[in-house]
Parts: sequence; structure tokens; C-alpha cells
Amino acid sequence: MQTKSRFLTVTAGLGYLFLYAPIFSLIIYSFNKSKLVTVWGGWSLKWYSELFENEQIINAALLSLKIAFISATLAVVLGTMAGFVLSRFGPFKGKMILSGWVTAPLVMPEVITGLSLLLLFVAMEGLFGWPSGRGTLTIIIAHTTFCLAYVAVIVQSRLASMDETLEEAAMDLGAKPGSLFFLVTLPLIMPAIISGWLLSFTLSLDDLVIASFVSGPGNSTLPMVIFSKVRLGVTPEVNALATLMIAVVAIGVIGAVYQMRRQATLTVKLDDK
Amino acid sequence: MSMSLGSAVMDRMAAKLQKYNFVKKINWGRAVVAGIPTFWLGLFFFVPFLVVFKISLTEAAIAIPPYSELLEWDLEEAYISIKINLGNYLFLFEDDFYLDAYLSSVKIAVLSTFFTLLVAFPIAYAIAKSDGSTRVLLLALVILPFWTSFLLRVYAWMEFLKKNGIVNEFLLTIGVIDEPLIMLQTDFAVYIGIVYTYLPFMVLPLYSALEKMDGTLLEAAQDLGSKPTQSFFLVTLPLAMPGVIAGCVLVFIPAVGEFVIPALLGGADTLMIGRVLWDEFFLNRDWPMASAVAIVMLVVLVLPIMLIRNSQGKGEAV
Repeated sequence: MQTKSRFLTVTAGLGYLFLYAPIFSLIIYSFNKSKLVTVWGGWSLKWYSELFENEQIINAALLSLKIAFISATLAVVLGTMAGFVLSRFGPFKGKMILSGWVTAPLVMPEVITGLSLLLLFVAMEGLFGWPSGRGTLTIIIAHTTFCLAYVAVIVQSRLASMDETLEEAAMDLGAKPGSLFFLVTLPLIMPAIISGWLLSFTLSLDDLVIASFVSGPGNSTLPMVIFSKVRLGVTPEVNALATLMIAVVAIGVIGAVYQMRRQATLTVKLDDK
Repeated sequence: MSMSLGSAVMDRMAAKLQKYNFVKKINWGRAVVAGIPTFWLGLFFFVPFLVVFKISLTEAAIAIPPYSELLEWDLEEAYISIKINLGNYLFLFEDDFYLDAYLSSVKIAVLSTFFTLLVAFPIAYAIAKSDGSTRVLLLALVILPFWTSFLLRVYAWMEFLKKNGIVNEFLLTIGVIDEPLIMLQTDFAVYIGIVYTYLPFMVLPLYSALEKMDGTLLEAAQDLGSKPTQSFFLVTLPLAMPGVIAGCVLVFIPAVGEFVIPALLGGADTLMIGRVLWDEFFLNRDWPMASAVAIVMLVVLVLPIMLIRNSQGKGEAV
């Protein structure tokens, strides 16, 4: 057993090294004064100031944040409805179809989703004149659609693991469907809704392929700008941008872990008593 | 006035009826709540596939939009013509390029799914064996990169693997190699990219399967004289199988259609179908051909997609 657990420690350790080595090297080199990545020219914040002076990147980032905010919000509303319907409505006609439509977007290759939505928008414009042209609106619709699926799955699994007695008690006490949902169910599934919103926000902020298909001229999102810059070659500002984004996420996750660890130690202490 | 009085009475009656077991009784309310997301997904997820299928049966044309009409009619002359073009599909099967692209995508996806499994298993096992706050920390460390930008993570590997990147510098310094290895823009880099980006999708289902495993089974196997490797293949692996399958499907499907990883890390000769579709659409502007490529890719992926749906239906953790 001893040798086996040493083997496990080493292989798992290598796995974590594999996960973090490229990220750490990116962070370190974002502070490199020299433009050549191999040459260490000393510490510098030069690329950060260049990043904030780059209007193309800043505008694209603002557009991406706007799209991500609206899509995540829409996705949370629609996805919560879908998750609720799937786990609380019992069997109904078309349930299989809805559950299929909710899970399939999660694994669908992005090129297919992107192409099919673009062709739909073009066909709809030809038939009904809406949406006229492509841009922010079509990207928001596309992002809402695939984020909705993630939210629905998260909400559904939260509802499935939660017992229905609280809702039944509220019903027995005479709560109407609307107030039952908003006063009992919604607060209980709030953690799932918040994580669904955050996940949708990051997925939307990160999407390159689908946005490339459904956006119009002059509507480049941040990933589209990064992709074209990275393809062209040396891009020290991108290192700075990546570091900033990683820092934001890391702070959020560390905060969440700290919270969970506190809860875990609390539970252990309670168990000891 | 009488209208509002009437509706107030109606409301009260309806409320009485609905009071009991609201999720089972109200029909119109249910219909609206179920109808809105169904309508949205139907319009923006399902109908688009029909449109793609339709356009895959047309011909590329110099027009806006750039494809021929499938249906043409003239009511005055009672004339309808349907023009179905199977040429795109025939071309797909005649031209070795497309066949090679499908095969090579499936090959790359299968191999990288296997490598992902190899890397993910020890991590998932270590998480499942740890306890309390260490477990939370190890789990968070796996999920954290998933929350950062996928594109930037791929970019990190470009910087890492390139000719004058850190890996080469390190190997040169310690004297393992004399001249820099060409790692970027090769299939090797594509494998690394896929394993790297999809690792959490493999670790999480594996972890949730291993976590449920009863440790006493391993002790029993050991007591009965089984060696650690034997116990692994005869006890641990079979018990982890649901997680292995879920993880493999979750990695395999998106890997087949991957575009960004082969575009940034792969070489000019790294053939993957996602990239072919992209070029067909953005470079050749041949929408019907791109649609045919997408339809055939869907057919290839239908089986694994059904698999994941069934496992979700049974309530397996994914």
C-alpha cells in the first residue's frame, strides 16, 4: 500500500504541475520588460499600461462584458424555468424533448452550433426581416441559448437533491403557486442560480467560435480580438490581459474555498462534540 | 364593474382549485412556464439543424445569401419546383480530403480522450482519498483553470511550447537536447491542448464515481492476497466505470469538433473536421458544403450524444 500511495502522490502531483505550469509561466512573463519572451529584461508593468492604452482591446472587452451580462441574466431566467419544469412538473407531454434539448447543447461542437444559428438568423431575416443584420443582438441570443442549458442542468440537479417537504408544507399552508415559487423554492435554489449565472457569464465572455459565426462587421468581442492577435504573433499585452483575468477568477475561487473550508472545519468540530 | 366582479369570483374559484398540489393541477400556468424555455430552445437550438439540413441540399451560388433556392414556385402558373442537390454529400464521400479529416478527427479525439483519462485518474483518485479541507482545495485547484479563459489557456501553451519557449530553454539548459525541439504546430501540441482543456470534464465524473467507492472492498481484496495492481484492475477500475464512461464521452464529443486547439497549436497538416468546416465557411464561403460537413459530423456524434443523454436520464452525476 505504501508504494502505491507514493505512486499516487507523484502522478497526481505531476497532473497538478501540468495544470499550473503554463499558467504560472504566463503570469511571470507578463511582468517581463523585454518584448522577446525568452530574454528576461527585468520586472516591469509596461505591458499592463500598454494594455490599458489599447483601444481595440478595451472596446472589445466592454462589448464582451455587456454581452456576457445580458446573456447570463437571460439564461438564468430561462434556464431556471427549464430546470424547474424538468424536476418539479412530473411527467408531461414533451418532457423527453425538452430534456434532450437541454442536454444536447452542452456537448454540441461549437462549430455546429455557430453555423446552425447563423444560418437560422439569415433564413429568418429573409422570411420575416428580423433580426436585421447580425451583431450584438444575435450574439446575445446565441450565448443565452447555450448558457441556458448549463443553468437548467445546475438548477435541475439542485432541485433533485432537495426534498420537496418544504414546498409541500407551504402548499398545505395555502401558498399560491407564484408565492410558493418566489418565497420558498427560489431562496432554496439561490446558490444554484448564482453559480449558474457566474458560469454563464464566464462561458459567454470566453466564447470565440459561436460569436465569430453570428457576429457582424464591427462587432468583435474580446476573444475574437485576442484570437486574431495571437495568430499574428508576439503579443505581450495578451500575457498581461490573461494575468488580470486569472487574478480575478483566482480571487473569486479562493474566496469560495476559504468559505467552504471554514464550513468544513466547523462541521468537523461539531462532529467531534 | 361586473366584469371585474366576475373575474374576482373566477380567481377565487381558480385559487381553490389550484390550492392543492399546484404543480400537478394548473394547466395554463404550467403550459406557460414549460412553454417559454421549450419555445426558445426549439427556435434557437432545434430549428437551426433543420435549416442546416435544408441548406446542405442546395448549391453554392453567387448571391445573398450565397446558396440556391430549394423551393421555387409561381402560383399563377401553378408551378412548384423542388431542386435537391445531393452533390455536396457525394463530394464529401468522393474527395479523400473530407474522409481523411473525419478519420483524423476521430483518431485525435480517441487518443486524446485516452490520454486525458490517464492524467485525470490519479488526480481524481487522490481527491477521493483525501478528506475535509484538503479535498475541497484539491477539487478547487482542478476547477479553477476551467473558470479562466479557454482561449488564454491555449495561448499559454503556445508560449510554453514554442521554439524559444520555457520548455525548450529548460531542456537545453539541463543538456537533455542540443537544439530546440519543434513542439508547437504539431499533432503533439494538439493532444496536449485537448488533454489540458478538457481535464476537468474527466476528473469530475471520475471523482464522483471513486468517492462512492467503499474502501473496505480494497482491504478485502488485499486480505485475500491480491496485489495492488490486481486490486486496481479487478476492483477499483470496474467500480469507477460509470465515471470513466461519462468522462470519456464528455471529452470525446467536443474534441471531435474542436477548432481553436488545432488552429492555434496544430500544424498546417493537422487535419480536423472542425477546422475544415470553419475554412469551408469563412475562407471558401461555401455555405452548403459547410452545412453538409456539419450534418455528417452530427451523424458521427449521434451515438455518443445518445449515450450521455441516457446516463443523465438515469440520474448519473456528470
